[in-house]
Formats: sequence, structure tokens, C-alpha cells
Amino acid sequence: MYRYLIASTLALGAFTATPAFAAQPVAAASASASQLKAQDVVQHYSTLVYANYSDTITAGKQMQKAIHAFLAKPTQATQDAARKAWLDAREFYGQTEAFRFYDGPIDNEDGPEGQINAWPMDESYVDYVVGDDKAGLINNRKVAITKKHLAELNEHDGEENISTGWHAIEFMLWGQDLSDTGPGARPFTDFIDGKKPNADRRRAYLKVVTELLIEDLQSVADQWKPGMKKNFRAEFTKGGEASLRKIFVGLGSLSRGELAGERLEVAMASRDQEDEHSCFSDNTHRDAVTNAQGIQNVWLGSYKRLDGSQLKGPGLRDWVATQDAAIAEKTSLQIAKSVASAEAIPAPFDQAIQGARDSAARAKIQTTIDSLTQQSKDLVDAAKAVGFEQLNLVEP
Amino acid sequence: MTPLHMYGSALVAALVLAGCTAQSAPSPTAAPEAPSALFDRPAADAQPGGKTTVYSNGRNAFSLPAANLNDAERTRFVIGNSFFKRNWVQAPASTTARDGLGPHFLARSCAGCHVQDGRAQPPDFHNPLAPQPFAGLLIRLSVPGTDAHGGPKHEPVYGDQFNTMGINGVKGEGSLSLSYETIDGQYADGTAYTLEKPIYHFSNLGYGPMAADFMFSPRLAPQVIGLGLLEAIPESEILANAKAQAASAGTIKGQPNYVWDAYGERMMLGRFGWKANVASLAHQSAGAFIGDMGITSKRFPHQTCTPAQQDCMDAPNGNAKGKNGVEIEDYVLDDVIFYQSTLAPPARRNAQDAQVLRGESLFHAAQCAQCHRPSYRTGEVLFPNLSSKALSGQDITPYTDLLLHDMGQALADGRPDFAANGQQWRTPPLWGIGLLPAVNNHQRLLHDGRARGVAEAILWHGGEAEPAREQFRHMPAPDRAALVQFVESL
Repeated sequence: MYRYLIASTLALGAFTATPAFAAQPVAAASASASQLKAQDVVQHYSTLVYANYSDTITAGKQMQKAIHAFLAKPTQATQDAARKAWLDAREFYGQTEAFRFYDGPIDNEDGPEGQINAWPMDESYVDYVVGDDKAGLINNRKVAITKKHLAELNEHDGEENISTGWHAIEFMLWGQDLSDTGPGARPFTDFIDGKKPNADRRRAYLKVVTELLIEDLQSVADQWKPGMKKNFRAEFTKGGEASLRKIFVGLGSLSRGELAGERLEVAMASRDQEDEHSCFSDNTHRDAVTNAQGIQNVWLGSYKRLDGSQLKGPGLRDWVATQDAAIAEKTSLQIAKSVASAEAIPAPFDQAIQGARDSAARAKIQTTIDSLTQQSKDLVDAAKAVGFEQLNLVEP
Repeated sequence: MTPLHMYGSALVAALVLAGCTAQSAPSPTAAPEAPSALFDRPAADAQPGGKTTVYSNGRNAFSLPAANLNDAERTRFVIGNSFFKRNWVQAPASTTARDGLGPHFLARSCAGCHVQDGRAQPPDFHNPLAPQPFAGLLIRLSVPGTDAHGGPKHEPVYGDQFNTMGINGVKGEGSLSLSYETIDGQYADGTAYTLEKPIYHFSNLGYGPMAADFMFSPRLAPQVIGLGLLEAIPESEILANAKAQAASAGTIKGQPNYVWDAYGERMMLGRFGWKANVASLAHQSAGAFIGDMGITSKRFPHQTCTPAQQDCMDAPNGNAKGKNGVEIEDYVLDDVIFYQSTLAPPARRNAQDAQVLRGESLFHAAQCAQCHRPSYRTGEVLFPNLSSKALSGQDITPYTDLLLHDMGQALADGRPDFAANGQQWRTPPLWGIGLLPAVNNHQRLLHDGRARGVAEAILWHGGEAEPAREQFRHMPAPDRAALVQFVESL
């Protein structure tokens, strides 16, 4: 169990808030309430963020190992192992998306988010697709396959020309999803010389984008590393209420704009596989769950690590509860409901969205959307309870 | 409301003094002849979008929905956002929802030019060989004369805009490169400045030479915040601006533009575009889909290939059969229009800062507000199914009269556009200008992005705005800084 530290006044933190949209100083908590400091919540949040990115990197390196084994000897077994390692690593990355949308290290101006997780992919920008055997930079031997060059090409002519990140690796491992019942079925022979043109470049490409992903993840994690003098965390943990506001914005934005909106509502409206987040691997249902879980982690201050241990400390919930226990509880219940609803979305997602308008599968997605929408409102109310009157939730 | 006349005259007097003490330069407009201020200062606590205002000052500051939208509207907003942001691809493609790009195009998505719902920057004048921004500076083309609706007459070989790219098998229309000339000047206090005037070069023309008498007009993609609010300003208010300016002493004489609107199916008051050459957001959006991306829709069902462009005419269409014969159907396009309509203006920053308040007084004293009218109350929205009721009845502060003004020879494009002549430009709204560096990492202003920041933009003002510019030029440096700081707080 963590200990609450004694704060002299709650309002203290407000002085360090940014002048533009500072928190209204809240009335000091009644003396009998737990004397939690904003600083403690921000500190523990930073610990949780660093743990989640570190686990993602560990899982990512395991994936890299499996990919190297696959590239050294492409077989069905080594391909399957690489695919499984990708899925395993995504479990941790998905939770880190709760740390987006406030100009933090992942998606500030120089942040690598677009290089790490951009979607949807225009597959034909990278490799052959049905109907065009020669498509993509893999089949254009004039294009150099280096980390630097691929990073430059990424999102070069517009958001969709994506050549790097999780979904580029996913496309390499699974290929186009042309199946109604399962994921993409790229043959492992695509990576064997003589079996498919440009197999050498395909191998080089998969190796390079994997390396780049690990490096980019590491660059984000470094900004959250404890005990550094000059990284983002050093500033963030001094930010008091301004930092708390960012944490709220991140949770609310992922709830409403990104997960409910961009990833679920858009797909429900278009019914197009193109609007499925992890469309090659049919893993979109897990993306929804891990995003919802990531929000819950931050809210509760609790995170289950890769090694099975449980990280626990003061979360936003505890901070809100110092002012309004009822709204804190209401928000907790709604967030739990969102996680449960997301878990009920059936796979494969691309088939679920195409069902009849009133199909059971679509209803389950809609339930998740509705719960996330309510949750974003609860988060706004919760933020108000601790003095953030003007909380905007970023649309991606 | 603050009694503006008192502010006005008091500060003009102060200004004249400052001008005299700084330099022996010719004195600015003398106080007694100065026209009286036409428009009030907004209330001290006014926010740009009234209740639609959002509170964000980072990279996402232009990307938020009006704060007072309901849940169903927010859903519509995110769907529209998705079609605004994501790329269109060449037909035929495995994605059926978004194919049909080209044959000619400038960008693959709306966001390709309006990055982060923000503003494009022009190609680098200084280093034409450096990697150039993908898109964002559009070149309109025409020849003397008018089309059936009184708009510009298309250049016969290239049409009404210069599209540099083609899909596979289709030539681009050519290349654009820029050089520049410098214009040296100095403030009345002796501080020198250098303005850069772009010069445009067309090369690698894909379909032979342009007509000998062709005219062109560069247009930079602006930030797309608060557009639905501008559309909801009552027409009577905009016409009243022209009337008030006509009745007032001084050089400011604004004029409304009247343009053909494909949604209204009639001539309407122009509000959007650098020459107020578009009346509705719906027309603007559908027009950009066909013009900039080559995506056909119900009101613009034909590709823009000219008879001289055989490869363009022969190119395949995108999934037209499954989509009622067009490449974007109305139910999708309507959501994109709704999205455009409901992007909110962000709150002011540091509005109560002493320097900013001083800058505000100087802004009014220098007659800037004669055209950059601060505030309105919005009325009914133009097309209720393409916008939100939440935008009505809002007290907004866009700082524009939405009228055309002669801005002088140095800024002129020499190309008429409906009622706008070759020296006129529409007063652009000022909201969001201070956030451009945060959102887009630059602050290139004016129709072609030639101005590097607010001060240069003011220095480019000529024609009707010459007296106002001269007042600025004669201000001592701290006053100029305060005025700029005020504009950047909007």
C-alpha cells in the first residue's frame, strides 16, 4: 500500500499551473479527508508511464528476437512465433495510449507517434497488393531501405503514406486481410529468395522497421526515466496541477475522440475494413480493450506489469475523491464498464462492423462507444471537482 | 460595452505625440481628420467563439469541436474528421470507401494542406532546391472575361487551377517554383526592415503553353477554425459594415462580393476564400474535393480535365457505380462539411496582460478595427443539416468585416474574382493567429504567405489600409510590440 503524504493546502499546486488555463484553486479538502498532494499523483503517474513503456520495450525486443529468427529461417513455425510476439507486445503498447494527447514525449511536435503507430496504411505504398505485383517501395529497388530513409518517407505525402511502425510490421507479418473469417495470410515464402521477387528487400525492410520501432519507443521511455535532470519527467513532476490537467486531457481524449470516435464510430459508419485499426492481424478488438485498460490504469493508479507484478499508488481517482467521493466512484464504475464492454466486442472486428444495422456484434460496439462517451463526461465532471473548469478533450 | 470614441481619440492623440518625439518623419494621419471608430471593443471577458470556445494552446489547438456540441454532433464531427484527414487513393484500389483521387490533384487529403486543421506555408523562397512542403499554396488560373455565373473565365488548357500532380499514367500540369525580390523599408524610428515579395515561375508545363493573356492568383490554405460561426454572421451585419465604412471619413471603403453558390443555387454574399469568392462552407468543401483532390460529388460531378488533356479524360473513375456515380457521396461529404463548420476557435491567451491591453488600445487607435471588426452575434446557420444550432446566438470576436478592400499595388494579384478586382482582398479573421507557431510551426501570413509574422503582414497593407499601416510604421518600438502582442493574443 502507498502512503498519502501530508499537504499543507491543496491550492498550493495551482500556483505552478500554466497561466493560460490555470486550475481554479479548489477549496482545501476538509481536514479529515486524506491529505493527498497533487505531486504524489503526478509522481506515481510518471512511475506508471515509465513502467508501461519499459514493458512495451521488453516485449518489443522479444518480438524483435522472434522476427530475427523468422528472417534467418522463414518457416510457418517461425512466422507464427513472430506473429504471436507482435500480438503480445501490442498488449502493452495499447495501454500506453492513455499517455497521449497532451503534447507529451509520445506526440508532441517532435514525438515519434506518427512513426510508431500511424494508421491506416496504404499497403500498396510498401509492398505488393492484389492486382499490383510491383507496388510499393519494397519492389522499387531504387529506394534505399535504411532507418533514416524510411523515417523520412513516413507520412511523406500525406498522412496515409505510412512506411514504419507497428502496422508496417503487422503488414509484413500478416499481409493483406482478404479473408472473411481470419486475418491476413501472407506466405512465409515471401521472405525466401527465389520464391517471391525482392524477398531480400522484404527481409531488410522488416528488420529495419522493427529496429526503428524499438529505437523510437526507447526515445519516449527515456523522457520518462526517473532521476534524470533534463528529461520530460523532470519538468512534468514539477508541474503540479498543470500536469494533472494534462493527465485528465489524455484520458478524456483517448476515451472520446480517439477510441470511441476515430476507431469505433468511424468504422461503424463506414463499415469499411480500411477503418479497422489493426486490419492485417484482426487484432482490433484487443486494441479497444488495451486502450480502455490503459485509461483504467491511470485512473486507479494501478498497472499489471509484464512480469505479473502489480504496480499500485495514488491515481486520479484518489485525487478526485479528496473533493468529491461520489463523482470519483461514478467515474470508476463507468471506466470499468467500458473495459468490460470492449472485452465483449467479438473478433474479427472487420466482420463485426459489417453486420446488419441491428446485429448483436454492432450493438456490442455501440455499447462500448456509449460507455466511453459517458466516461469522457464523467472525466470532465471529475476534473471540475478538482478545479479544472475548462477541460477540452482533444480530437485526434 | 466600452465607449470606444473616447478610447479612440485619446489614443490617437497619444500616438501623434509619440510619432513626433521619435523622428522628424512626416506625421501620421492628423488626429482631427481621423475617422471616428466604427466598431466597439468587445467585452473584457469575451471569448472568440462565445460558448463554442475551446481552451487549448498546444499543437491540437485548432482541432477541437465546438465546446457546446451534443453527443450525436460529436459523433458526426469525428466521422467528418476522419474523411478530412485520411488520404484518398487512386482508383481502382482495395479500399472502396476512399478511392477516386485525381486524375489531377494537389493533395491526397484535406489535411495535406490544412495540417492539424491549421495553415499551410509557402515553398521556401530562398532555397528552391530544398524539399518543399507537399501542398498548401494553390494557384488559381483564368483569362480575361467571365464564366456563366460572372466568375473567372478558366484558362483554356489548364482550367481554373494549376494542379501539379497526376495519378499513374496522367501527367501533372507542371511545376511551380518561387524566387523573390526584397523590398527595404524603415520604421519612422529608423529601424530597418526587409520584406520579401515572391515571384512565381511555371515550368515543365504538361499540356503546352498557357494562353498569352493568362492571369494567376496564389492562395495559401488558411487555418479552418470558426468557419461555421463566420457563416452564421447575419448578412445584414456584413452589409452594414460596408454602409458604415462608406459613411465614414477616411479611406476604408469595403465592398461585398457576390458569388455563385452550388448549394444555394443562386448568387450569394461571399464570405470565404481570400477574395470572398465563396459563399458557403458546403460549396468551399465540395469545391476543394473536386479542385484539389479530383473527387467528384453531386454538385461537382465532372472531373476538371480540359479538352487539351486527353490522358486526364481517359483516366478511370473511383468506384462511381457503387456511389451513385460520384466519388464522394453526400452522406459522407455532409459530415466533412459539418466538421469544417464546427471546428472551434480557441480561447484567447493572456488577454488581461497589461501589454496586451495596451496593444488593444493601439489597435483601435490605429484604425485597424475599421476593417478587422471585433465582434458579432451570430444568427441562424445557413444550411441547418450541414451545421449545428449550437453556433447560433453566439457572441463571437473574429476581427473581420468579411468585405473586400483595395490593399494596394504591392499586394495585388491583378486577377478579378466575381466582384473582386485585382487589387482587392477580403479582410481575414484574426483569431488563432498567435497559435500558428504552436500548431504549424510557422507564422506565414497573407494570401500567399509572404509575411513572416504579424508586423510584416501589417507593413504589406496598402491601398485603403495605407493610413493604418502608416500609423503602425510611426509607432515607437514598444507600441508596435504591444500591438503585435495583442493580435497574437486573439
